[in-house]
Amino acid sequence: MSNIPSDYRYTKTHEWVRDDGDGVVAVGITDHAQELLGDLVFVELPEVGAELAAGDECAVVESVKAASDVYCPVSGEVVEINEALVDAPETINTDPYDAGWMFKLKLLDEGEVENLMDAEAYAEHCESEEH
Amino acid sequence: MLIFEQSRPGRRAFAQAPARKAALDDIPAEFLRDKPPALPEVSEMQVVRHYTRLSQKNFSIDTQFYPLGSCTMKYNPRACNSLAMLPGFLGRHPLAPLTHSQGFMACMFELQELLKEVTGMSEVSLVPAAGAQGEFTGVAMIRAYHDAQGDTGRTEIIVPDAAHGTNPATAVMCGYKVKEIPTDAAGDVDLEALQSAVGPQTAGIMLTNPSTVGVFERNIEQIARIVHEAGGLLYYDGANLNAILGKCRPGDMGFDVIHMNLHKTFSTPHGGGGPGAGPVGVSERLKPFLPVPMVAKDGYGDYYWLTEKERPQSIGKLMTFAGNAGVLLRAWIYARMLGREGMIRVADHATLNANYMARQLEKAGFDLAYPQRRATHEFIVTLRRQAKELKVTAMDFAKRLLDYGYHAPTTYFPLLVPECFLIEPTETEAREELDGFIEAMKAIQHEAETEPDTVRSAPHTLPVRRLDDVRAARELDLKWKAGE
Repeated sequence: MSNIPSDYRYTKTHEWVRDDGDGVVAVGITDHAQELLGDLVFVELPEVGAELAAGDECAVVESVKAASDVYCPVSGEVVEINEALVDAPETINTDPYDAGWMFKLKLLDEGEVENLMDAEAYAEHCESEEH
Repeated sequence: MLIFEQSRPGRRAFAQAPARKAALDDIPAEFLRDKPPALPEVSEMQVVRHYTRLSQKNFSIDTQFYPLGSCTMKYNPRACNSLAMLPGFLGRHPLAPLTHSQGFMACMFELQELLKEVTGMSEVSLVPAAGAQGEFTGVAMIRAYHDAQGDTGRTEIIVPDAAHGTNPATAVMCGYKVKEIPTDAAGDVDLEALQSAVGPQTAGIMLTNPSTVGVFERNIEQIARIVHEAGGLLYYDGANLNAILGKCRPGDMGFDVIHMNLHKTFSTPHGGGGPGAGPVGVSERLKPFLPVPMVAKDGYGDYYWLTEKERPQSIGKLMTFAGNAGVLLRAWIYARMLGREGMIRVADHATLNANYMARQLEKAGFDLAYPQRRATHEFIVTLRRQAKELKVTAMDFAKRLLDYGYHAPTTYFPLLVPECFLIEPTETEAREELDGFIEAMKAIQHEAETEPDTVRSAPHTLPVRRLDDVRAARELDLKWKAGE
């Protein structure tokens, strides 16, 4: 079973959101997602300053098997991106929840985070996709 | 070993040396190189051996069963080659006057008519130089149509997740946003999701039917109605046309645009970066937008080119001349050799072969992704159970198949089925060949259960072992550098 930290929030499309305080959240893809994709070889990140709505395609992760869109979990403005990933996309494979964060958003509506799945609901979601 | 590495100073192949010095008078001196290029210095026999050995290391349709799903790797009849290389065809210059080109033009006109008949579309242009360009052309015509109506608010193209992989890229290239919709458990488009995805922003939908999960889209008429009612157009990706040849027609299903991959369905040689052909067909309302030049016939039975003069609303030219002539000729010859009845047998046998393999593999204990459906010309086996229980993945099976002398099927596509093999035998394989592949799959399954490392570390018998594709993607380096 893949790792699902209890203090993060999750989407059905396998992104995670971490509350960094002051209305800023970090976004990445889950351990389950990186497992399915396999070794990542390319990451495309949004631009700092981009205003994203929940559900927008905002980044791309590419492995030797597939290229996948990353969907923005919540609405907000991109305030920081993890540029280290461009040269080392494999960081997402080795440390998806910490060093593998993709970008940070200044939230438009802090309530949106509450609507995302908690760890338990996400674990159930992954389980149901297996069958 | 590269031919460069065999190089020894002064060694020559005199047969290949130029007969005289090239005339370089009109090239400015600053553009001329001051020392000769670092070409390999080898003997004639070394060259012959080198390239003969290379060709022997290759997997190809001429040497191996090649069930690459969604690619229709069928035999390319030699007759198509030899007839297309008749001196009259080979020697014709594309700028030759019409009076000297009537024979060639007649073939192209007949190919246009033939493809119209097969697809049920109103008109066909042969110009696009490959499937990808055909797709681009199709969606560019959808855009031109909406623009001509003054309908500029249509910004989205809907693409089901079982569509061909190139479809989203095409939509984006044409400036559209892609709206993906899911496939239901039986492999059909999710109609509710489609209904809620369409609206005044919908430019069209790109569908592959049969889809890449290897089943015929049963709700195609409802899909056409939903999309047309929303003001959108229907695009047919011809990737899987082989399955329905002479059986049913995209035009009758309600499609407005279609591209055909002649290298798949009409058996022209497959790529390797070589010339392709991706003709497009359209419904009545898109006719003005077709790319030129096309071949037309006047009242006296003479053939002539339709250009932007006759077709002012055309999206224009896509290449210097009218498509890849040699490839189009091969497709015309292939179609003429088959005839109407032969065309139907192509679909019959392609479908029969796929269903035979699917059922035999199921009997052998493999899991079909859509066991409840009849396969079309291709089908999906999922090796998820093997990956989970035996830790032997679809990639491991694929590599091991090479040791058994079979080109692997398409792996990990479509993305919506985990650990999948997309298997397309085509109509040109004999039953013994299909049985051989099935036996190889059984043998590999047995190995996966008893000696899994043999499978995980395959291939063992090829010139190269398991490639490090991750490193190849991360540190792409294709250049051979002299002196290193």
